[in-house]
Order: sequence, then C-alpha cells, then structure tokens
Amino acid sequence: MEFITADSWTDALRIKTERPGAAPIAGGTDVMVELNFDLRRPEALLDLSRIRELKDWDVVGGSVQLGAGVSYTRVIEELADRLPALAMAARTVGSPQIRNRGTVAGNLATASPAGDAHPVLLATGAVVEAESFQRGVRKIPVDGFFTGVKRCALEPDELIRAVVIPTAAGPQQFSKVGTRNAMVIAVCSFAIALDLDARTVGTGIGSAGPTPLAARAAERFLVGELDWDTLKVSEAAAARFGKLVAQAAQPIDDVRGTASYRKHALEVLAVRALGWIRGCA
Amino acid sequence: MTGKGIRLELTLNGKRQVATDVPANTSLLGALRDHFGLPGAKNACEQGECGSCTVFLDGTPVCSCLVAAGQAQGAAVGTVEGLADEDGLSLVQQAFVTAGAVQCGFCTPGFLMVVRDLQLRARGRTIINLDDDEVREALAGNLCRCTGYEKVIDAVRAALADPDVPRRSVGASG
Ligand SMILES: Cc1cc2nc3c(=O)[nH]c(=O)nc-3n(C[C@H](O)[C@H](O)[C@H](O)COP(=O)(O)OP(=O)(O)OC[C@H]3O[C@@H](n4cnc5c(N)ncnc54)[C@H](O)[C@@H]3O)c2cc1C
Ligand code: FES
Ligand code: FES
Repeated sequence: MEFITADSWTDALRIKTERPGAAPIAGGTDVMVELNFDLRRPEALLDLSRIRELKDWDVVGGSVQLGAGVSYTRVIEELADRLPALAMAARTVGSPQIRNRGTVAGNLATASPAGDAHPVLLATGAVVEAESFQRGVRKIPVDGFFTGVKRCALEPDELIRAVVIPTAAGPQQFSKVGTRNAMVIAVCSFAIALDLDARTVGTGIGSAGPTPLAARAAERFLVGELDWDTLKVSEAAAARFGKLVAQAAQPIDDVRGTASYRKHALEVLAVRALGWIRGCA
Repeated sequence: MTGKGIRLELTLNGKRQVATDVPANTSLLGALRDHFGLPGAKNACEQGECGSCTVFLDGTPVCSCLVAAGQAQGAAVGTVEGLADEDGLSLVQQAFVTAGAVQCGFCTPGFLMVVRDLQLRARGRTIINLDDDEVREALAGNLCRCTGYEKVIDAVRAALADPDVPRRSVGASG
C-alpha cells in the first residue's frame, strides 16, 4: 500500500482520477478501523487532511458551506448557533478524541445507516458538493445521496468538497437512543427542523432502514397541524405524528435492537421532539 | 510521499525525530511504539473505543490508533513520555498517584493526556469549573477496567485545582 499526501484540492482530484482505487482518508476514524482489522486493503491512502481549502466553513446565501475537513469539535464550537441540530448530533458522536478528528464528509462517504449527521442533513435539506477532476462540481441533495447500506452516490473519481446546509430558520432537534451517553452507535435516531419563514417541516430517521430516511408523510401532516405562531400541536396530533414517523422507518432486528423496539423508540423520540420544540416558542 | 515505507519526521515531545521505512498502513500508534521506541501510548483496542493510545497531535488529543502515520508527517506529537521533566512528575501525573487513580496502569497514559488537555484548557480559560458530569463527558473516550473511575475523577479535581487554573469568583461558586 502507498501513502499519498494531497497538498491541494486540485492535487487530490487529479490523484483520485488517476487512482480511483485510492481510499481517501480525512479524520481516519472509519478508515483506520478497517485497516487495523485488515477489513480493507486499498492500493493507496489518499490523505485529505492537509488540504487547506477543506478546513473552512463559510456562509453563502443563507446556507453554511461546511468544508469536508471540518471536525465535529469545530461544528460544536463554531456552528451551534447556525446549525443547532447538526451540533446536537455532533455532540453525540463517539468521544472527544473521535470528535476532534471525525468529519461530516467522512460520515457521508461511509454512508452507514447509523451515521449521526445523516438524519440532520435530511431534515435540513442539505446538499453534498461532489467534485471530480474531469467533470467539475456536482450537487447531490442528501435525500438522493444514500443508495444502500454503506453505499452512496459518489463516483469512483469524485470527492466531497463541502456539504451545504441551510442556516436554521426555526427550532431544530436531534435525539438518539443508545446504551450509554457516549460512544454509542445509534439504535435509532431522529432529527427535525422547522422553517418558520417557509412554514415547512423536515425530518430524518437514522439506524432504522437500509439508508437514513425522511418521514415525508409525517412532515406533511405536521405542517397542517402545527400552530405556527405558538409552535403548539394538539396531543392527538403529536401522537399521530409519532405514529407516522414510526411508519416511515424500515428497521430490521439486529444486535443493537429489534425492529419493533426501533419503531416504538422512534415514535417516542418524535413526540418528545415536538415537546422540546414547543419549549422554543 | 510514495514507495513502500514512509520516512516519517515528527517533532516528538519537542524534539525533531525521524523514522525510516514506516509501512504506509501503520497507525501513528504503531509508529510511536515500533519505530520511535515510545511505548507509553498503549494499544488496547485499535478501534478508537478505549483511549489508551491518546496523544497530542498538533496540540489536540486524538486516538493515535486512528491516525495514519503519514498523516502526522511534520506534526508536533506529544506523548505521556513528555509529561514529566527533570524536576519529576507533572502535576497531572502526581494527582493520579496521590488520588490512587492508578491500578494496573494500562489506561493511565491515555487518561493523563486527556486530563493534561483539560488542565491546559482550564488555564487558557476555554473551560471553566467543570462539574462532575462535564468531567465524565470529557473522559468518555477513555476506558478503565480497574478503578471504577471515582478516583480518576478525584485526580482530575486535584489536577484542575492547581493554582494556575483560574477559579470562578466567589458568588458564582460551583
Ligand atoms: C470509537 C468510534 C466511535 C464512533 N462513534 C460514532 C458515532 O457516535 N456516530 C457516528 O455517526 N459515527 C461514529 N463513528 C464513525 C466515524 O467517526 C464517523 O463516521 C466519522 O464521521 C468519519 O469521519 P472521518 O473524517 O474520520 O472519516 P474517514 O475515516 O477519514 O473516512 C470515512 C470514509 O469517507 C471517505 N472520505 C473521507 N473524506 C472524504 C471526502 N472528502 N470525499 C470522499 N470520500 C471521503 C473515506 O475514504 C472513507 O470511506 C465512530 C467511530 C469510532 C472509531
Ligand atoms: S487503542 Fe486506540 S482507542 Fe483503543
Ligand atoms: S488502571 Fe487498569 S485499566 Fe485503568
């Protein structure tokens, strides 16, 4: 195996085109586990962690353009006001050491159904900016990014440059069920983002299907039921919302939990999230 | 940059050091232990779960088992071996000894690096008077099979009680 350091973004794109089999490495918190356990033997590692262009975030036209190299720790420290749900999800990732290295772009490219950023990116309507040396930038809406268990829409010559996430225009929540308060892969997770200007609701469900999912029927239902001035919903409507979220999930039984437990827990998380949102009014 | 083994140059505990022929798939942890002769950072899980391999990478605590050696090229790396000086143990190390926070000691190097980071951040006032829950949260990436953590938390308290750590003013006590 070879170790290739990309010194610039153009350098990285060119190398990825010439060597599609090279595995990009950012924070390394997924890649290195695979290497350490010999689960994967890429022909080369392509280190993206020195590329300056990837380390910044910027606000462009009402959205945060989050560079692929920004760590979870920085999302928490620098973006909790603009991207509250992403910061909440980031706080639950692994441990301080993992958050110091791990990135949202790495989370996306791994495309685990349990990736904690994913429900938030779905709920907020984020867009992945992929780029290739030959074809330039391609904008992939997150709801079309996940194509299967640990599969995503990236082509072999593409790298993620940034994730574009609309700045919060209303209350957002993220919650996750696991066996302890830190260092857990979600048994299931739920994110919700309200846009008070557009009066829309976004949702995301994690760890309860082959890919992260949005609960579209639940979103439409809540748009009609929510009192947009007080952010209140009737108890019956909240309960119905919970049921619709659970119905959108496609969970399986596995070591972390059963399908029926996951549906139950999602219903609880969704109803609770509405309660927290009411507290924001 | 290419070839089978990497020539790895680090500023290790303040000193420039070079290792040659480090295999490209080696972690920073493997490089430290097998190529730089520093066995302080421990290898227990190699999957980021236990924190016993925690080192400072350009000032940030990371699991060295999850950093590819080549990613640390040219970086400043701080390990547990760099904590003590000619005058003896560092304050953090002494706090662990005094509190009885060390039993088998396997987890200790990792804890020491994380607590050293807390101490530096407290001195720099980027964190202020952590309560017990916040201390536990800060230590969430470090596992200990022996102590039950209570004495570790006592040690953190003692380390953060150092005179260089600014106290919250009276009235806002906690
Ligand atoms: C102990 C531990 C606990 C964890 N806990 C959680 C958790 O609670 N929640 C969670 O969601 N995840 C968790 N993870 C998984 C991991 O930390 C996350 O998925 C993280 O976001 C990965 O980011 P990274 O930068 O470290 O990715 P890397 O490991 O560097 O890369 C991950 C994948 O993305 C690819 N890649 C990286 N950057 C790019 C890019 N710019 N363009 C294209 N491809 C790219 C790599 O080739 C690889 O396939 C945990 C991991 C560990 C070891
Ligand atoms: S050996 Fe690195 S975290 Fe356990
Ligand atoms: S003292 Fe033995 S593992 Fe912590």
